[in-house]
Amino acid sequence: MCVNFFAAFFAAVRKSALVKTTLAIVPSVAREITGLFISQLRRGRDQGVQDMKKAAVRAVPAVLAGLLAVAPALALDSQYNFQTPVTKVADDILGLHMSMFWICVAIFVAVFGVMFYSIWAHRKSKGAVAATFHESTAVEIAWTIIPVIILVVMAWPATKLVLAQKDTSAPDITIKATGYQWKWSYDYVQGEGQGISFYSTLSTPRAQIDRGEWKGDNYLLEVDNPVYVPVGKKVRVLLTAQDVIHAWWVPAFGVKQDAIPGVVRDTWFRAEKEGVYRGNCVELCGKDHGFMPIVVHVVSPEAYAAWVAGKMKPAAAPAVAAAS
Amino acid sequence: MSAVTSDAHGHDHHDHDHDHHMPTGWRRWMTATNHKDIGTLYLIFSFIMFLSGGVMALTIRAELFQPGLQIVHPEFFNQLTTMHGLVMVFGAIMPAFVGFANWMLPLMIGAPDMAFARMNNWSFWLLPPAAILLVGSFFVPGGASAAGWTLYAPLSLQMGMGMDMAIFAVHIMGASSIMGAINIVVTILNMRAPGMTLMKMPMFAWTWLITAYLLIAVMPVLAGAVTMLLTDRHFGTTFFNAAGGGDPVLYQHVFWFFGHPEVYIMILPAFGIVSQIIPAFARKPLFGYASMVYATASIAILSFVVWAHHMFTTGMPAVAQLSFMYMTMLIAVPTGVKVFNWIATMWKGSMTFETPMLFAVGFVFVFTMGGFTGLMLAIAPVDIQYQDTYFVVAHFHYVLVAGSLFALFAGTYYWLPKWTGHMYDEKLGKRHFWFSMISFNITFFPMHFLGLAGMPRRIPDYNQFFTDFNQIATIGAFGFGLSQVFFLYIVLKTYRGGPKAADKPWDGAEGLEWTVPSPAPFHTFEVPPKFEAPAGHGH
Repeated sequence: MCVNFFAAFFAAVRKSALVKTTLAIVPSVAREITGLFISQLRRGRDQGVQDMKKAAVRAVPAVLAGLLAVAPALALDSQYNFQTPVTKVADDILGLHMSMFWICVAIFVAVFGVMFYSIWAHRKSKGAVAATFHESTAVEIAWTIIPVIILVVMAWPATKLVLAQKDTSAPDITIKATGYQWKWSYDYVQGEGQGISFYSTLSTPRAQIDRGEWKGDNYLLEVDNPVYVPVGKKVRVLLTAQDVIHAWWVPAFGVKQDAIPGVVRDTWFRAEKEGVYRGNCVELCGKDHGFMPIVVHVVSPEAYAAWVAGKMKPAAAPAVAAAS
Repeated sequence: MSAVTSDAHGHDHHDHDHDHHMPTGWRRWMTATNHKDIGTLYLIFSFIMFLSGGVMALTIRAELFQPGLQIVHPEFFNQLTTMHGLVMVFGAIMPAFVGFANWMLPLMIGAPDMAFARMNNWSFWLLPPAAILLVGSFFVPGGASAAGWTLYAPLSLQMGMGMDMAIFAVHIMGASSIMGAINIVVTILNMRAPGMTLMKMPMFAWTWLITAYLLIAVMPVLAGAVTMLLTDRHFGTTFFNAAGGGDPVLYQHVFWFFGHPEVYIMILPAFGIVSQIIPAFARKPLFGYASMVYATASIAILSFVVWAHHMFTTGMPAVAQLSFMYMTMLIAVPTGVKVFNWIATMWKGSMTFETPMLFAVGFVFVFTMGGFTGLMLAIAPVDIQYQDTYFVVAHFHYVLVAGSLFALFAGTYYWLPKWTGHMYDEKLGKRHFWFSMISFNITFFPMHFLGLAGMPRRIPDYNQFFTDFNQIATIGAFGFGLSQVFFLYIVLKTYRGGPKAADKPWDGAEGLEWTVPSPAPFHTFEVPPKFEAPAGHGH
């Protein structure tokens, strides 16, 4: 797939260097522009024109370097594109996204190639004399039919993917997630771990948010009680909410579903790689909308069994204590 | 902005102006029934709202400059995003296009004024109270509405009285829009110069005619949606409360049944403006006039059957997702036809690039980029990843800022000589274009990356992973804001003086508006003009 090809091709480009270059360039270009703007306000017009020419000359290499730095990064994941997918659905989404992207790039180049050629060639200053044609049935029919064909080509894989996303049948584990202002709760309602139930709240200290303290790598993407699921198992997630609409999103799974009060909706994922995956609430839900993340630990079946056993114990302990 | 002269100098037909009592001072504006004065009022109002919404946007961008909360609290941040959206959509973009319609439609179709001059006054003067309600809601207990410009229930049911003020403001602005739209429909259908058949109208008149029908169709739907919110909030109904038998998703269906045609309400007149300007500076008739009209009508009709593509993550059945996806993709066809027609108009023309043309070409270029992301967003299974991220924010700013706003700038520079009687400073105008174009892209292009990498929209704070692009966007945003202050300076400078503008300052321009003097006298076309169709309009 073209994604992998480009990822490999540009693997040599170190991401940090890339970002630094971009960051170093843009403020300097912006400074040129704003500086020029201020000077234009202060001084006479002619001086401003000279400044503009100077600034343009200075800015050109910076802009070019910036474009060169950004362009290859389009195909890398992380900062410029979707997170690395760990489910088949997310992988298919990425594939469809990239093929849409390249189709759009191709159309873009074709259409604006024509436009910029025309801008270059058909200008009065070059002595161009205007033609008088103003319609052509053949051409107009062609550029109506061809886009329809391109759209049909796009719609076919999209349709298959919609049907795959909607197939929540025969899950191994079912988890009900409930959105609250502003936290999530999870109830394991079917499969291994049935009966487990807990709240999951942001664990980033307020001092990091409000008072500028040093921020950890998972700033705003960490919770006290993460969700655990076994690798390779089909997990169905039932979504609802207690107060307002929230939305449950884990980008690496390609899963996003609104959690709507009074309504139960569902989605599913089958994570194929162990790891910790993070997401956010993505439906505006009030004051702390930005502070109710989702964290899912995908673990081996053995580790999952151990986690289930550990979770069951504290639930059983008070009952034993009460009996004695 | 209109330097209106009371004597219609150099006009063939006899001068009526001395017969009319023309009020002066504040009465001239409060009691205005002249389409040019009302157009000016609309344009001034929309620019003030544009600057207000811009200040809100810059506050948002300042907060997002780095991770952590520095400048505003999350509640206030949500109020800012909400009011930025409402103010820009209902206060800036829509009234600006109505201002253009008021100023230019009678001049373009050879009518003496709008059909309902007093209703015209009323539809304008409803807007300032609505704006005061919106902006004033920041200062009431609980602050302004913080439910997002879409005012989704049930979140909007939790707000304080700022929400009621926003609802009332939406009602008033809706009434104003409906009246304005009726006025435009009646004016276009009844008051065209003899000989100007529908298929010989200027494209701006066509796009506004279709837009006006969209407004009449959907503004009542929005009024219904917010009225249901109001009764849910205060009168015990449960339209959007599942516990009472209602459905929160119903609100979204009703809202977006308004909201998607609304998108085209804000872009079709822009298509019209660009379709006037590109032929003028290519010195070549508009390519495919008839297909342009049919494309506009197709877009308008399709806009009624695509609304749920804003709701792909609500959990619709697969059949609904697929049908809304197919219909949405279909909109790419007529939109593509328009872009191809503009480029075919430029092809083999004899082009010059004065500021209006720069903005028009810039519009085609950048709007089409927004169109591409729109097509990507239409693909339902992929939209699952894009929905409610910065990718969407990037998309709709490409179509609304680089689309609608750039077309408004193009139109302003194009007709400013007619409005003021002076030529604007071409060098400054071009500079305004380049400042806007560059800073716009610095602001919004990185947002594509932010959204893809996983940054949700409407959050006041983010993981430091997203810092780089947020900083670039913030720097660009301040540059873009400053560029618009520069625009104000250029317009004021033109209003106050400058080289005298000819009646027809653009040698390639077509249309009746260029047959009247510059500045356009207070009364024009009291006797219907003789209309001859320019080449390319009809057959």
